[in-house]
Amino acid sequence: MAKLNLLLLLVLVVCALGLVTSQHTARKLFSDLDREQQRERQLDIVYGQLQLEASTWSLHARVGKIAAGTLGMHVPDPRRVVVVTRPAEAKR
Amino acid sequence: MSLAAAPALVRLPVWRARFVLAAFMLVFAVLVGRSVYLQAMKTGFLQEKGEARYSRVMEVPATRGRILDRNGEALAVSTPVKSIWVIPDDVKASREQKKRLAALLGLERRELNRKLAETSRDFVYLKRQISPDTAAKVEALGIPGVYQQREYRRYYPGGEVTAHLVGFTGVDDAGQEGIELAFQSSLAGQPGSRRVIKDRLGRIVEDVESIRAAQDGRDLTLSIDSKIQSLAYSALRNAVALHGAKAGAIVALDVRTGEVLALANVPSYNPNNRSHLSGAQLRNRALTDSFEPGSTLKPFTIAVALEHHRISPSTRMQTAPGKLTIGSYTIHDAHPESTLSVAQVIQKSSNVGAAKIALELPRQQMWNMFERVGFGAPPQLRFPGEASGKVRPWQTWRPIEQATMAYGHGISVSLLQLAHAYTVFARDGVLVPLTLVRTGAPAHGVRVISRRTAREVRDMLELAVQPGGTGPRARIVGWRVAGKTGTAHKQENGGYAAHKYIASFVGFAPASNPRMLIAVMIDEPAGSEYYGGLVAAPVFAQVMQGALRMLNVPHDAPLEPLELPGKGDDAKEGT
Repeated sequence: MAKLNLLLLLVLVVCALGLVTSQHTARKLFSDLDREQQRERQLDIVYGQLQLEASTWSLHARVGKIAAGTLGMHVPDPRRVVVVTRPAEAKR
Repeated sequence: MSLAAAPALVRLPVWRARFVLAAFMLVFAVLVGRSVYLQAMKTGFLQEKGEARYSRVMEVPATRGRILDRNGEALAVSTPVKSIWVIPDDVKASREQKKRLAALLGLERRELNRKLAETSRDFVYLKRQISPDTAAKVEALGIPGVYQQREYRRYYPGGEVTAHLVGFTGVDDAGQEGIELAFQSSLAGQPGSRRVIKDRLGRIVEDVESIRAAQDGRDLTLSIDSKIQSLAYSALRNAVALHGAKAGAIVALDVRTGEVLALANVPSYNPNNRSHLSGAQLRNRALTDSFEPGSTLKPFTIAVALEHHRISPSTRMQTAPGKLTIGSYTIHDAHPESTLSVAQVIQKSSNVGAAKIALELPRQQMWNMFERVGFGAPPQLRFPGEASGKVRPWQTWRPIEQATMAYGHGISVSLLQLAHAYTVFARDGVLVPLTLVRTGAPAHGVRVISRRTAREVRDMLELAVQPGGTGPRARIVGWRVAGKTGTAHKQENGGYAAHKYIASFVGFAPASNPRMLIAVMIDEPAGSEYYGGLVAAPVFAQVMQGALRMLNVPHDAPLEPLELPGKGDDAKEGT
């Protein structure tokens, strides 16, 4: 009887320790998850800012000015443009 | 000392032992009572207190949705900023610290001191919406009593080009104008909150419950093409400046889908910096202002007459001597002609011809037409403050009013309504519902007039932009254009101002298979050129030429340089 009790006690202790460790691991993992989620939010913000920056750089007026001024480009004469229709569109 | 004496000394009265025992029992009973009280009666309260040591309710922020153009380019984006606030009573800062704080926040020393002196208040904003970098520097100063609050600020990379359309949000991130207001409910996020367990170091170790899930605002993709928008805005701005006009507006539609591709107004403003705004800058004229359109309305009168077989395009009209008197009012033509065909009435923009046709029509038929193309009712774009224009009930029309309405006086519409109505001619008689949100799919509309009538009017509109018509400056290289000019006297104090005009042009291209429709309105062009054909038509041509190229629309006209009429005498018109 005493032997069985000792054994059960041992099992109990092992289980208790297991519970403690798993709880600890869970909390640690959750903390990591939370950190990653924060990082995600942060990256989302940065993405927004970059999008903003991209839009500002690619403003039509700015692109046009640089193309015409710095790069000396111009809109091609309509006579030199051929518009190709796709067969599906031509049918319509 | 003798042993016999001892027992006599230790003999104590029995009651003392009992007293001590009773005292112990009493104390024990008190302890038991107390523990029962704590365990059974106050357990909830105590558990709450205990939890408060480690569990926290966290706010989960939600961001406002982005507004994008049809190609995914950002038109409005929220990014986080910080607001600095203080509890004035708690602030303990040295002179040096205050000086640096003032410098960081861009405040005057005196102003900072004044704010810090408001000790009766518990919450004073020092500065709202500063960049996260500056906020970090403020935090590094480590002044007690100075706190930060996270907020969002909306940025509009399109600036003045898309200002009227997109609108803006207030400091509390709620829409105040334009799309921002119209789509507030879907753009706005719902901040949530959750209960978590934090460890000694402040790290979150367990999520206990989500009290309310945060919902980010949904992104909104508009039908606007920012390239066409930009082109339209700059063309309009240049024209308004060139003619010294008070204001102007332009609307571009995709005829197939009913999508609004561009909508711009001048004067505009920069939505990122709204410190000096005037009412004139804020007005979205294309949508919220109605005006008397003038001759741009004539095609609808002609369409009614054609639809009911009262005339055909070749019917000759007697228009001599270039004026028509009804009661005490006389209608004039800018180019008096003796006889004109119906097609030429449109081409030359003859008021007398249009009035004569209108007078042959039952009032109700005309009114039906106006009503069915959407005049007198808001265009249902969900845009705040859409003008519905004004069409009086036909029962109250007098003959002179019916005659003037034929050429667009005594009736008012918004520029967007006018553009919308013209889709009837561009889509073979079908009125297309408009949308500000990208659909990408061809729209199904309601048939208003027969295919034949629409084609006939379209041919007349093509004639109007040919040499000999009022709007040859609307022509472009490579595509056939159809459209109508308008030059209306402005209403003022119940009458018409002698030298104030609204020049307009509405048209579409390519005429063989319309793809795009543009309506331009220029308010009070100063100087000698004020006709729609001279002021508004060139804006139309410029934008149409660029937009059709961007949309890769196949050419339907020979690619020859256009011969522009020299003096623009043909552009003259009475309305």
